[in-house]
Amino acid sequence: MVSEAHQRRIFLKSALAVISSLIVPSVGYSRWDKNAYNKTEIVASVQSVGVTNLADLREGGGKITLLTPKIAENGAIVPITVNSKIPNTERIFIFAEKNPQPLVSDYVFTPHVEPFVASRIKMSETAFVHAIVLAEGVFYRTAREVKVTIGGCGEDS
Amino acid sequence: MDKTVRFRVRVKDNIANVKAMIFHPMETGYRRDKNSKSIIPQHFVHTAIVTLNGKTIMEVHWSRSVSKNPYLNIQVPGVSAGDELSISWLDNMGQSGSGVSTIS
Repeated sequence: MVSEAHQRRIFLKSALAVISSLIVPSVGYSRWDKNAYNKTEIVASVQSVGVTNLADLREGGGKITLLTPKIAENGAIVPITVNSKIPNTERIFIFAEKNPQPLVSDYVFTPHVEPFVASRIKMSETAFVHAIVLAEGVFYRTAREVKVTIGGCGEDS
Repeated sequence: MDKTVRFRVRVKDNIANVKAMIFHPMETGYRRDKNSKSIIPQHFVHTAIVTLNGKTIMEVHWSRSVSKNPYLNIQVPGVSAGDELSISWLDNMGQSGSGVSTIS
């Protein structure tokens, strides 16, 4: 026979499970990685997301499209678009090489959304913007240089 | 509460082109207040979750380097009229917000 206390415990457990499933997004999702976002230098920054050496990565070539302006007059608003044609793209990371913290954003995809994202970022100075795609455990990269006329990190935007 | 997420959704060939904007200052912690000259503390959205009919389809992580009033353009395939798309966000000060758009 199941005791009352035991039943209560089961109820509490299931209640906790429901609550935590509301707070923590469903399985497989990584949370915001404070450590990676606080890295202040591009090499350490890419390493913190699992890339040993940027130069060793496979070129995304025609498979990753990274659109940025060649010249950004206002570093506070730099439009970027990334589109990956690599099958099973799981994640896209965006780095602005010379920003105080180079990791700008990362996007976790499921099969229910196209591996495409467009957003606007801030850039402190002229630098390369790197898009790194993770698909089936392999990283791919592509980069474009953006010339920034007025930096957009400390100034008014 | 004021609306913190604004949507524009266009559906073409069953793919929803979703453009969303979250109203948020996205303070870097590097700017100074013009009058008091004191540093304006960091205040930025670090996570946004996109759901379709209650199911998470994408998770977005942002840093202070994302522009003020963050803009997000994504493409959701296989949608049909009546589907409910939502975006909820959370910032480093524990504030949050969300918005829902029904596909027509």
